[in-house]
Amino acid sequence: MPAFPKAAHEAVHNQTLRGNLRHATHTIRAKRANAVAEVSDWAELREAGKQIKDHTLRHLDRYLVQLEESVTAAGGTVHWAADADEANRIVTYLVKATGESEVVKVKSMATQEIGLNEALEAEGINAYETDLAELIVQLGKDRPSHILVPAIHRNRGEIREIFAREMSEWGRPAPEGLTDTPAELADAARLHLREKFLRAKVGVSGANFMVAETGTLVVVESEGNGRMCLTLPETLISVVGIEKIVPTWQDLEVFLQTLPRSSTAERMNPYTSTWTGTTDEDGPRDFHLVLIDNGRTDTLADEVGRQALRCIRCSACLNVCPVYERAGGHAYGSVYPGPIGAILSPQLRGTGSEIDASLPYASSLCGACYDVCPVAIDIPEVLVHLRERVVQGGAVTREGAKVVVKPAKGHAAERAAMRAARWAFSRPGALRAGQRVASRTRRFHPRTLPGPGKAWSGTRALPPVPAEPFRDWWQRTGGGKLPQGGKDTSK
Amino acid sequence: MRVALFLTCVNDTLYPDTGRAVVKLLTRLGVDVDFPMAQTCCGQAHYNTGYRHEAEPLARHFSDVFGEYDAIVTPSGSCGAMVRELYPRMGERARAEGRGDGLATTLAPVVPKTYELTEFLVDVLKVTDVGAYYPHTVTYHPTCHGLRSLGLGDRPRRLLRSVKGLELKELPGADECCGFGGTFALKNSDVSAAMGADKVRNAESTGADVLCAADNSCLMHIGGTMTRLRTGMRPVHIAEILASTEEERA
Ligand code: SF4
Repeated sequence: MPAFPKAAHEAVHNQTLRGNLRHATHTIRAKRANAVAEVSDWAELREAGKQIKDHTLRHLDRYLVQLEESVTAAGGTVHWAADADEANRIVTYLVKATGESEVVKVKSMATQEIGLNEALEAEGINAYETDLAELIVQLGKDRPSHILVPAIHRNRGEIREIFAREMSEWGRPAPEGLTDTPAELADAARLHLREKFLRAKVGVSGANFMVAETGTLVVVESEGNGRMCLTLPETLISVVGIEKIVPTWQDLEVFLQTLPRSSTAERMNPYTSTWTGTTDEDGPRDFHLVLIDNGRTDTLADEVGRQALRCIRCSACLNVCPVYERAGGHAYGSVYPGPIGAILSPQLRGTGSEIDASLPYASSLCGACYDVCPVAIDIPEVLVHLRERVVQGGAVTREGAKVVVKPAKGHAAERAAMRAARWAFSRPGALRAGQRVASRTRRFHPRTLPGPGKAWSGTRALPPVPAEPFRDWWQRTGGGKLPQGGKDTSK
Repeated sequence: MRVALFLTCVNDTLYPDTGRAVVKLLTRLGVDVDFPMAQTCCGQAHYNTGYRHEAEPLARHFSDVFGEYDAIVTPSGSCGAMVRELYPRMGERARAEGRGDGLATTLAPVVPKTYELTEFLVDVLKVTDVGAYYPHTVTYHPTCHGLRSLGLGDRPRRLLRSVKGLELKELPGADECCGFGGTFALKNSDVSAAMGADKVRNAESTGADVLCAADNSCLMHIGGTMTRLRTGMRPVHIAEILASTEEERA
């Protein structure tokens, strides 16, 4: 994956994509603002959500043990996975043990994070996505580009074409003469998926929350396809990040208000499914919970960065982010795009790769993401903190051990420039001398800049350098009070 | 009250007219404003690019230079936000890193005394009509740090509405970032330019002659984009609008 600026380059110049993104994000943005404005105690709910999550993260060890006990007591089995490979091995093993070669899935970012579909495919197991947008992405041999609306980058025409072309490869073909009206597209998806639901013996899901006190998992969704996945198969395997715990049912009260309003601008989400272990004669007979770490405890070790683990994946920050709107989700190089992706991925994966080292800079620090976040993650603060790690290196926790990382490559010139600027700014005389040189040579200044400066002057004109810096004017005129001595060079 | 002008390094070097406008405006309102010659830079560019340790001496220097004044006024929302929001954070981080309270104690005095210009006018001087005259249609872009970090709210608009001859046009998508973002404009120039172009198109749609803001860094980006897109609109700092009077135009 190339660095963010390069990955974003194409999207910025792709007018269809930019149109799709602009339309979708602006629509949901406005709706969300209204849905939030309806709630008189939004600020308190936001603070409560933040506190519940912080409390849980602080005592995560305790709550995880409690969760394991309650899940086991309810007839489920808990598996622990330290990283993606381990999680994939566990799930593959569990599916194979059933003797099946296909599974239905309800949207789970955790399984995308670990690349489960690919791992299953390598073992001859087909995984069918059943969430409408995920289905579009899967049929289009594409990658998701949004947390909540993974196919946000596609318009109706493109979706119709994907359905008509690809559905027959995977099961029931699209109806003849399919048009691009939303109702017809939804119908085609429903028929296609229904076959899969009725046939599948194994379901794989994620979860929005896990309640420690009872071992209950919670999925909130809009389509009802998730409910099918959770109730019809004989075996259910839920793959969930360890940070998704809340201590009690009462805590859900807060999130079931903030999540739907922040994500889909709905007062309540249409389907809230909860399941606790197994029940005789009802629902899956076998329930497995695979808890994945995959960089989360390392993230937890970082005082500033750990707040990213509060995220409830509502996607509000994506929808207000001006950078996401132009660059598109794919440029972020992970299942977590947008502002939250820019702080989560470099923490979960480390800042070693090109893309991860560039993500903390994929923001103008405008602060819109912090404003909308229902659990008050100060994303700009974490971005700056991670920038420091990229350019300076320093002590971080990787796989549970303290290590010192080196600065990312390619920042030597910038570091030297920053040092030189600090040197000059620490000496008013040096600053003044520099300003004077700039003023005296102003007639020779080029209109376009070479080297890294081209990034500015390629699209924007440069401001002219004035004849006299302010401090010289101040001194010459005593702040405009003295009779003007000498000739006025300011004009 | 001893009032100091913190002009910012960008304004000092590239936009001295804004500095002269602030001096003129405050003098007209009866404020005896001083310009401490030892001032340089608040360290924002360093801090936000990830060079916190390079920013710390600059923050100390800022405190040394401005500590003795009763109020520090700056015509820059983002540099104001640097002092008010990020200096306390720098102190906290130093403490968390086991370096003691030294930095926090040094920086604390300047934090509550630093005001962005429009804040100073409305909150401290308690004026909204500054006796200005500016016969143009103007649209106002609330820059991100002014809007979200400092919470300037409608102060700038209230000031503008009281200017004689000025017709204020609402800017569509006003609270969207213009795409400057300091080194972001260089590191992600494609995205930055796309954001700038959208901002300029929105501004153009108002039919105003002038786009004004309370931060020259954003105006440099927006203005540079306007020149390239040949819009005929002008970027102007709000201080220059508030400083202009009928007499000098007559
Ligand atoms: S960071 Fe906040 S706004 Fe963004 S997805 Fe997570 S909870 Fe939602």
